[in-house]
Amino acid sequence: MYYLEANHIVKQYASHRALDDVTVRVPRNGIYGLLGPNGAGKTTLIRIINQITAPDEGEVLIDGRPLHPSDVEHIGYLPEERGLYKKMKVGEQILYLAQLKGMSRQAAKESMNYWLGKFDIRGWEKKKIEELSKGMQQKIQFITTVMHNPQLLIFDEPFSGFDPVNANLLKREILEMRDKGATIIFSTHNMGSVEELCDEITLINRSHAVLQGKVNDIREQHKKHLFQVEVQQGELQSNDLYEITEARTIARGHAYTLRKRDPHMSNNELIGLLTQQCQIAGFEEILPTMNEIFIDTVGESALEEKQNA
Amino acid sequence: MSKISLIIEREYLTRVQKKSFILMTILSPIIMVALVFAPIWLSKLSSDETRLIAIIDQTGLYKDIYHDTDEYHYTYTQGTLSPDQMRVDGDESAMPYAYVIIKDNLLDNPQGMTIYSQKQITSSCELNIISQMEDYLKDEKLLSYNIPDIKRIIDESDINLQVDTIRLEEDGAETQTSTEFVTIIGMAMTLIIYMFLMLYGGQVMSSVMQEKTNRIVEVMVSSVKPFELMIGKIVSIGLVGLTQLGIWIIFLVGIFLSAGAYFSFNGGVDPAQMSDMAAMTTTMNGVDATQLAGDMGAMAEVQQMLGSINITQLLVSFVFFFIGGYILYASLFAAIGSAVDNESDTQQFMVPITFIIIFALYAGIFSAENPDGPLAMWCSMIPFTSPIVMMVRIPFGVSTWELALSMVILYGSAIGLAWVAGRIYRVGILMYGKKPSYKEMIKWIRYKA
Repeated sequence: MYYLEANHIVKQYASHRALDDVTVRVPRNGIYGLLGPNGAGKTTLIRIINQITAPDEGEVLIDGRPLHPSDVEHIGYLPEERGLYKKMKVGEQILYLAQLKGMSRQAAKESMNYWLGKFDIRGWEKKKIEELSKGMQQKIQFITTVMHNPQLLIFDEPFSGFDPVNANLLKREILEMRDKGATIIFSTHNMGSVEELCDEITLINRSHAVLQGKVNDIREQHKKHLFQVEVQQGELQSNDLYEITEARTIARGHAYTLRKRDPHMSNNELIGLLTQQCQIAGFEEILPTMNEIFIDTVGESALEEKQNA
Repeated sequence: MSKISLIIEREYLTRVQKKSFILMTILSPIIMVALVFAPIWLSKLSSDETRLIAIIDQTGLYKDIYHDTDEYHYTYTQGTLSPDQMRVDGDESAMPYAYVIIKDNLLDNPQGMTIYSQKQITSSCELNIISQMEDYLKDEKLLSYNIPDIKRIIDESDINLQVDTIRLEEDGAETQTSTEFVTIIGMAMTLIIYMFLMLYGGQVMSSVMQEKTNRIVEVMVSSVKPFELMIGKIVSIGLVGLTQLGIWIIFLVGIFLSAGAYFSFNGGVDPAQMSDMAAMTTTMNGVDATQLAGDMGAMAEVQQMLGSINITQLLVSFVFFFIGGYILYASLFAAIGSAVDNESDTQQFMVPITFIIIFALYAGIFSAENPDGPLAMWCSMIPFTSPIVMMVRIPFGVSTWELALSMVILYGSAIGLAWVAGRIYRVGILMYGKKPSYKEMIKWIRYKA
């Protein structure tokens, strides 16, 4: 069951098409990554989900029914470009934004106390936003995003502007909210955090969804049949079944990177072959990182574009 | 709906609680009064010292012509004095401010008089010297015709007309009016509307721009519709303007009432009684009696003139045109603020708007001279000029259908423009990095919301 479905979304701006028939289906209670180079159309899609702009074609379903204006109360959105009213006090700011999300003042106060306590910044209500450091402002911004306990959270580059300690804190909060039942959409360039956090992704490039699916499946599909093998005794040589691409001497013997020539050969068969030649100390298949996949996919389409032109 | 009221509440409260708002509200009337009265007061200050003017008459014809005034003390010497003698006469402070040398019979030779001074003399001093002499010479000339009683005839021929202007009302009543007064009232209202359009319209623009450059706007529009945000802002700033105006009116009424209470112990006094009373209070306070009587007479006149204008109609129209004009211009300003990234980019859009507003102001000023002419008529129908021009015309009397039509056009276009501005706004606030053209903004209007 999908919590959010954006089906066949088309958005046309004056001179260019920001989204062209993009479909994204976000499963309930998961973390969904929205990837893509700058200007690919991610932010436009996020704005459509937030009902900030409307699509020219296509529909957005939430919980199986069309998106309704009152759904903003169930969505928490942390935009990439953050901003708060600089002259406003922290407490007023949080309460104001929470009330605009449909919370009562009382409920907003309780929630604010909970979150300020959680981030260890209780007693900051009277400070003005402009008096805070950038990192602190980010914390306040995060609180305003999650205050109203939204079922759908949309984070656009959530870790930018956070130091590693606070980024970690943030990561924990995001996972905790997932565990409590929230669905999370996550747009980022940070591929490390995608591998770490996301269950599924969509890669948008030049207004099209060019890659979609579970992170593990995608890595599996893009594997290059490379293996990291550590050998205690004996040495390996390239042959017609595999090719050594790199060889190193390590403390207990040799380490090789090898590529099997026949993609259909199973890993067991390969290990069998290797055991006949040497004493294996370690064997691991090298899956491509999301970063590599990202660059490959985006680069490929850029190349195609060039050739077509 | 409750979200709009939340926005209005926050925007209004933050603005009204600002120190600058409180300061401006209190200080502006004081500064205004100071600006009007300070020069008058200062010019009075300087006239405290009397200046010595020495008349050196070589002809001996003009003894006892010059009379001392508050500012000038005249001395008369018959004989000659060379310019060198004037220069070296010791202590500067004891020296005359100016020497007037009369060399010849002035009736025969109008150039026979010269003024010498070490410092350039003021024009009022020169005027005083010349006019006293001219008055004398005029009388001399008249006498030289040998017509008996000539002075009395001249005095009697000086006619001073006193004309009442009375407007015939539709219901047959006659109302005493004063053209000057009606013009002043109209002008005052026009200027107030003009000032508020510029001041608060500009505030709408900079506030929208600030939200955009702050990037808070994306968070806001994920909770509320852009149109709600824009309307909330326009309404709250308008309310701030009305609050300020309200406070000033209360000030004004307070001053008027307390002044009235000071002059008359019980209200509704006629001018004659007022003069008596002025004389009475004068003995107590030691104030110049005639001046006070004059003040009170003027005040009674003002009260009477106020009665000549349909106050209710004037005030109701003022509020209507004020609000309508504000919505119209504030929408424009909001659209501009949303479309640009920084102050300097506003120029290309501000120029035409400023042009229109200033045109409206001039149209208003000229309409006061011909309140029923074609310029006044058309400009009080065009929505961009009507709030300013119509306020000039109303004190002169405007037919109801014209007033109604003007309001309908104004409110129709204000609402229409607010809608268009909303379309531009919702696209503009999320556009960064490029300076939009008019063409582009028109395209934005057509984007799907």
